[in-house]
Amino acid sequence: MNPNKNTKEMICIVCPVGCHLQVTVDNDEVKVTGNRCPRGEEYAREEILAPKRVVTATCRLENEQHPRLPVKTDAPLPFEHINELLDRVYELSLPTPIKTGDILIEDFKGTGVNLVASRSIE
Amino acid sequence: MSGSQSREVYDLTVIGAGVSGAAVARRLSMYDIKVALLEKETDVSFGTSKANSGIIHGGFHHDPTLLKARLELQGNLMFDQLQRELHFPFARCGILVAAMNEEEMKTVQYLYDRGRRNGAIGIELCSRERILDLEPKLTSDVVGGLYAPGGGIIEPYRFVFALVESAQHNGVRLITNFEVHRAEYKEGLFELQSKKGDRVYSRYVVNAAGLYADEVSKLFAAEEYTITPRKGEYYLLDRMTKACPGKVLFPVPNSVSKGMLVIPTVEGTVLVGPTAEDIHEKDDLSTSSTKLKAIFDSARQMIPKVSTKDVITAFSGLRPALPGGDFYIEASKKVPHFIHVAGIQSPGLTAAPAIAEYVKDILKEEGLTLQERSDYDPNVNAVPRIRNKNSYDIDKLIKENPAYGNIVCRCENISEAEIVEAVRRGHDTLDGIKFFTRSGMGRCQGGFCTGKIIEIIMRETGKSYSEITKRGKESTVIWRSLCEQNK
Amino acid sequence: MRTEQIDTLVIGGGAAGMSAAATVSAAGFTTALVEREDELGGVLLQCIHNGFGLHEFKEELTGPEYAERWVRNIESSEVKVFCGTTIMEMSLLEDGRKECFGYSPEYGVLKFVTKTVVLAMGCRERNRGNVMIPGTRPAGVYTAGLAQRLVNMNGYIPGKDVVIVGSGDIGLIMARRMQWVGSTVHAVVEIQPYPSGLTRNISQCLNDFKIPLYLSHVVSKIYGKERVEAVDITPLENGVPNHDKTFQITCDTLLLSVGLIPENELSKQVGIELNSLTNGPTVDSMLMTSIEGVFSAGNVLHVHDLVDFVSAEARLAGENVIEYLKGKRPERELSIKPGANIRYVNPTRINPDAESDIYMRPLVVSNNARIQLQVNGEVVKRQKKPHVQPSEMIKLKITPKIFQDIEITPDSKVEVTLQDEP
Repeated sequence: MNPNKNTKEMICIVCPVGCHLQVTVDNDEVKVTGNRCPRGEEYAREEILAPKRVVTATCRLENEQHPRLPVKTDAPLPFEHINELLDRVYELSLPTPIKTGDILIEDFKGTGVNLVASRSIE
Repeated sequence: MSGSQSREVYDLTVIGAGVSGAAVARRLSMYDIKVALLEKETDVSFGTSKANSGIIHGGFHHDPTLLKARLELQGNLMFDQLQRELHFPFARCGILVAAMNEEEMKTVQYLYDRGRRNGAIGIELCSRERILDLEPKLTSDVVGGLYAPGGGIIEPYRFVFALVESAQHNGVRLITNFEVHRAEYKEGLFELQSKKGDRVYSRYVVNAAGLYADEVSKLFAAEEYTITPRKGEYYLLDRMTKACPGKVLFPVPNSVSKGMLVIPTVEGTVLVGPTAEDIHEKDDLSTSSTKLKAIFDSARQMIPKVSTKDVITAFSGLRPALPGGDFYIEASKKVPHFIHVAGIQSPGLTAAPAIAEYVKDILKEEGLTLQERSDYDPNVNAVPRIRNKNSYDIDKLIKENPAYGNIVCRCENISEAEIVEAVRRGHDTLDGIKFFTRSGMGRCQGGFCTGKIIEIIMRETGKSYSEITKRGKESTVIWRSLCEQNK
Repeated sequence: MRTEQIDTLVIGGGAAGMSAAATVSAAGFTTALVEREDELGGVLLQCIHNGFGLHEFKEELTGPEYAERWVRNIESSEVKVFCGTTIMEMSLLEDGRKECFGYSPEYGVLKFVTKTVVLAMGCRERNRGNVMIPGTRPAGVYTAGLAQRLVNMNGYIPGKDVVIVGSGDIGLIMARRMQWVGSTVHAVVEIQPYPSGLTRNISQCLNDFKIPLYLSHVVSKIYGKERVEAVDITPLENGVPNHDKTFQITCDTLLLSVGLIPENELSKQVGIELNSLTNGPTVDSMLMTSIEGVFSAGNVLHVHDLVDFVSAEARLAGENVIEYLKGKRPERELSIKPGANIRYVNPTRINPDAESDIYMRPLVVSNNARIQLQVNGEVVKRQKKPHVQPSEMIKLKITPKIFQDIEITPDSKVEVTLQDEP
């Protein structure tokens, strides 16, 4: 909570402990304190430099019993692309059958992240 | 069920499809006249008639000089026949008034004498032993009381739905979403105009507009009076509560109201309340946490096992109170062919069938010729409900109609077939379906069934998701559909 | 009336039911699995977010993916599945078997005559009536789970401007979901001074969207004639609402995430004894209820937070059903009670001669905790936990080895306690 314009406070989301981290960016160097394991440091670094999230949503299915298909990104997607991905997801309208893992949107915006089906529907 | 045709003229129009209006409409449907029943809400029984104690009173609470006392007893006696014809849930379980000390016993004695004078059948004074025998869940502090075996409980909205169905079955035209906005009497005919501009023409009008009877009266330039909404708050307890009595329990009444009761509903849940508080807004149905203590303290005084842990929900009803406290059922002295049915507070539900008789007589006196129809049919078709049947009968039902096998409301045991029937009978809002079937009244309060009910309404009526409402008008439940648009 | 004579009837086709049914059926006993929805999966089907399966499958899966793995197991097993069927009645026959009636559009009424039953009906949500929020009763008030079902299964968005009551995981997940479908969440209101959901969800679901979290606050009034128009939010000071500091938020939707209650109406109907600490049946070391041959697992037994634990617990119940059907019973059982800082332990009896898991919830938050199993005050097992909080269930393995070197009698006092590591 110290006023230092280069320090950010965040909570690590890698495991349930939820360490409170202090992350300082000094030129190009990222310094992390408060983590109890190395994964926290990695998370903090990424979160500061290039935050990413796995996105889960539903899209339209042309199927009477199942009008919605749950979908997800198969890897965390950079933050800045999330809203655009959601717009694309809500435009989709897919016929059945569909299998879990089917790629619905490939390599979104060159990030290497695919949108895949999260459920199989006959 | 909304709007009206141009220049259709009715012999009689009843304003308000609450219990009074519905009873009047049905009674008059026995005659060879054209009757219209107007209701400002999307469905019938959406006013005071859906939020009250559901009690068929025992005939001892009111002085015999009052009109309401005479109509109460007369109405009470009509319920067995009505149930046979209309199939609404009704149980003549009996009413007890419990006295906690000798002072209160004196009041009970007074109630007893009055009950005798009113003609209440079977009314008795009870010793402590007798009353505890009649109701073992009563506190052991009770010293005695009154027992009115003629008292009972009904589901009031089911009663009103059935009255309206019966009326419609016999030719009455129900027009919902019709709020009378303007009224004019010209050349022996009333012209009633709705807010939307629809018009209905009628020779006679019965004003049974409940909370708004005073405002309707003003529209017709009839007598001026003021209806004060008197709020009653209730809590509904889970059917599994250990505090469910076998009879309706009253404390000794005070000058304002009959007191806060413990009521076993016909369907097995328990109501505690109501409070009695005069308010200003006629649409203020809010509940507040401040009444909780008073209601539960009063209930626990009679049944110690009453607990807030059993609360499923709370709700309020508004009594249409008139100064003087009696029913105002009279032909207007200012406007011809206009009948007031106003100030129908407790025992309005009990008195309703008798009110209908009384109004019929007034209409006759006012010159309405009443010729009995040869084809009047007092019966309505009961909807088979699985909650009342055994597994073997249900097996047969499902084989005739598979929708009986799809359980939509697990809390109250309601099948899809019953929901579909509710929609087909005109109840296409979530509340309308709730009151007709009980789906959504149970312990999960619609958590599981709401999604399915929305789908059923859409399928049966062809309405889109944006037209599904809780109780009509602006009470929509879905904002947007992801399936129909981009984000 | 069609009758099924079977060894085991599993009531509920969600995570618990599928796991129990697969387990019992694999041992060769005739098993029927009954599910009231048209497909297996239970509430998992509407939990489209991920975070499931880390223990059970060593992968991070979404709810539907987790369910699908189990549905495949069931499909390739001998379990007889009855979907669209709701068990409405259960009674005990003289010969010890149970008779259950299920209603199904396809079959009419199905009679199941079974030696054993596994109750796996899951739980329901607490609603407005249970928490008694005063005010008007407009449209626009939903439990979070109902909203989740409407959004994820039907594609219906309940409202535009949302306030969420309760910071448990369901409420937090729905906060994110509502934002991701285009609604605006104006606040999450939590009565406790700490959030009840996982910290990672506070981060991903609230902080990412800058949704304010009001701790130690309550929604004190709902406004709106036909549809919700606003809510009053009041801070608690020393646990008491300070109405002078009430503020109002304009909104059209209120989502309630205020707790789950095991759905035991069928259990109550047949007279099964319930544990007031869990709202689920009281069970012995076999996860058997107070009625012979009736077992229970999953959310109906006690509310879980990790579906992996549900599957494990149900597998255990299934294994116990197998033992029971083979005529085996524990030779001895000890009563186990929650001790310091533990809210409850399930089951409430353990078998010192068999390996088993017990499940518990702590009363406190600690980032350096020690769980101890004590017999008559003597510590027989300890386990370190880097992080515990009340909203996270703890699993503890019990083996016969623990009791080897000590004397136990039927009166032995067994307790689980939790302390900070010294």
